[in-house]
Amino acid sequence: MDALHSLFAGFETALTPLNLLWALVGVTLGTLVGVLPGIGPALTVALLLPVTAKLPPVSAFIMFAGIYYGGMFGGSTTSILLNTPGESSSIITALEGNKMARRGRAAAALATAAIGSFVAGTIGTMLLTFAAPAIADIAVQIPPSAKFALIMLAFVTISATFGGSPLRGLISLFVGLAIGLVGTDLQSGQSRFDLGRPELLDGIDFITVVIGLFAIGETLYVATRLRKDKGSVIKLEGGASMSRQDWRRSWKPWLRGTALGFPFGAIPAGGAEIPTFLSYTLEKRLTKHPEEFGKGAIEGVAGPEAANNASAAGVLVPLLTLGLPTSATAAILLAAFQQYGLQPGPLLFVTNGDLVWGLIASLYIGNVMLLALNLPLAPIWARLLLIPRPFLYAGILVFSTVGVYSLNNSVFDLFLLALFGVLGYGMRRFDFPVTPAIIGVILGPTAEAQFRTALQQSNGDFSIFARQPLTAFILIVVALALILPPVLRARAARRATAAP
Amino acid sequence: MKKVPFQTALSLALLTALAPLSSAQSLNNLRIMAPASPGGGWDQTSRAIQTVLQEENLVKPVQVFNVPGAGGTIGLAQLYNAKGDGNLLMTMGLVMIGAIQTNNSKVDLSRVTPIARLTGEYEVVVVPAASPYKNMKDLAAAWKANPGGVAFAGGSAGGTDHMLVGLLAKEAGVDPRKMNYVPFSGGGETLAAVLGNQVAAGVAGYGEFEAQIKAGKLRAIGISAPKRQTGIPVPTLKEQGYNIDLANWRGIVAPPGISASEKAALVAALDKMHASKAWKDILTTRNWTDLYLSGSKFDVYLKVEANRTKGILKDIGLVK
Repeated sequence: MDALHSLFAGFETALTPLNLLWALVGVTLGTLVGVLPGIGPALTVALLLPVTAKLPPVSAFIMFAGIYYGGMFGGSTTSILLNTPGESSSIITALEGNKMARRGRAAAALATAAIGSFVAGTIGTMLLTFAAPAIADIAVQIPPSAKFALIMLAFVTISATFGGSPLRGLISLFVGLAIGLVGTDLQSGQSRFDLGRPELLDGIDFITVVIGLFAIGETLYVATRLRKDKGSVIKLEGGASMSRQDWRRSWKPWLRGTALGFPFGAIPAGGAEIPTFLSYTLEKRLTKHPEEFGKGAIEGVAGPEAANNASAAGVLVPLLTLGLPTSATAAILLAAFQQYGLQPGPLLFVTNGDLVWGLIASLYIGNVMLLALNLPLAPIWARLLLIPRPFLYAGILVFSTVGVYSLNNSVFDLFLLALFGVLGYGMRRFDFPVTPAIIGVILGPTAEAQFRTALQQSNGDFSIFARQPLTAFILIVVALALILPPVLRARAARRATAAP
Repeated sequence: MKKVPFQTALSLALLTALAPLSSAQSLNNLRIMAPASPGGGWDQTSRAIQTVLQEENLVKPVQVFNVPGAGGTIGLAQLYNAKGDGNLLMTMGLVMIGAIQTNNSKVDLSRVTPIARLTGEYEVVVVPAASPYKNMKDLAAAWKANPGGVAFAGGSAGGTDHMLVGLLAKEAGVDPRKMNYVPFSGGGETLAAVLGNQVAAGVAGYGEFEAQIKAGKLRAIGISAPKRQTGIPVPTLKEQGYNIDLANWRGIVAPPGISASEKAALVAALDKMHASKAWKDILTTRNWTDLYLSGSKFDVYLKVEANRTKGILKDIGLVK
């Protein structure tokens, strides 16, 4: 009741014309940077910080929250249309989304992504409103050993899910893990595989890898086949809205994605990526249309997109209640609080209640605005595909290069980008899935850090992975996921041969 | 008709060419390099300097740009290559001194022109509220008895937090190579580890723990300042018998090979900035401690600090 009362007061703050305007500016900017590869909400908020120093804090945070949610909405657009994810959290969306677009169902894919994001964002914000402190207290109790086990679960499910054969998926995953090793080791401070280049000491930015493998690799692949298949212009069908069947197939994945995404956002070092991977795997297992997976199944877009938006709401839980940033954007938002001399934490709700509740109320409003902005835009975005491919891919090359250069203002990164582009082309050409490699780059370093931190805390005792109940449970699930499928397949094969 | 624009253009060109001469040593067109990504401490400091220099009409225009990477040593190498550029500054600090040594950087700070030390933040040692350790003495006793069993959480290896734990180990009679330091990549993970009772103690700048200390979820058992700080009710490590004075300070340097008058102009601009009310206001809202030191005093300080850092990193075993 208390939260409800405060929330209404928050709406009074957020619904002033000026604050509504800032929310609109925020969601528009956010959608835009979400669409552009390389430029994410974290960088945008960081660059806007000095500009907004003169704004009242409430207005600034309402705009930042809009950018944050907007980035999550916009990230899916290029994934679906061009197979070039704008953010790491929309990598999975590209898998089925782009296949849908190629079958002429781009508008429906964009719509399920937008509505799923809205549903997940709204449910996530409600959980934030009513259960934030309790969730935050549980989230910090998750030990490093359990986080390591969770990442192992993601690795196992992912390599089995992608590509024609698990072996190709595993090879791709290990390519990514190797790339993730480059740079200074966090625990010992020693550098690995830096080839004597100071640019490599901080490791390779995963955004460079994502854009190289996806956008540049895709461009090269399309360029080499341009002469062979001239005629295949993508048709647009189905109009803007989703069919009745699309709705029926989307609503459960939306809710399941939300349930996965929100808790991961709240866990330190959880992130938006793992829940999207898990959601995809889950939907593939549960679907009634398994034959469509890999060819453009709408569940494979609806689930992961809901998961990444729910995690965005989850991230705000520890940030506001504990002052604990669990993602790059949250770290920048923390810096923004500090710019105003505010310290997020248990006392923020008491000392600056109007600000916090205004911010939370603006999240509801931002979600509605984003839906209103993105749904009518879906068919317009989809028309991008009608641009002749040489022009379209030239444009992608330009945006990708600018995006990567803007990360570190470094020409060295552009060479890396070209290198990963060629690698991405090679992987496509020889039928290796690209996604496991990206997952290796993103989660490999985290897995290593959590593994070693767990061992440091137990003073080198490996039994921590068996003694910690949650860890042991997840690791058993991982083992089953590895062992069961081949065993079941073998039994089925034996029965098939025994039957006649 | 066509001659007029040409003449205008010519006179404009002449004017711009003469402008630097006419304004002699008062500064124009300053560029500040933040050798890190947008949003971090060096970036925030650079942009605060930019704001005040422009608002107080000390220098106009001021531009900030980011050169992230390798603890700032990539930016440092660029600064070294901009030899003789009197309109360029770079933000830096204690973390860079450490990075130069752990990364074997080819350029070190003896090759650039020191301008001023600006701000800093002292480090605190915290334990969870339910911890049996009430002060630094309790923690040190347990640590000495079992060096590996008392884990400290902090930022990346070789950073300020790690240095403080190394200094503490020496003062407490623990072999720094045997201590169990758990580094986190920042982003509040240290805080999570302490709140989740996953380590015995945590180390970070006071600001990172402030909200939790005030809410009573963490107990601060020592601050690395030479004396008690106003508004921070935490006993110093020094008064508990551990002779430590360590601030995570930030300062500013210029490229090598600039003239004495160019250096004087830069120092003068920063002196004026430091004296302004706008700067004082920024320090208060951001909770930055004023550690201003400019001119030859800063030259000496930089050398002493480089030697001290080298000593600590050797003790920890990060530098040979």
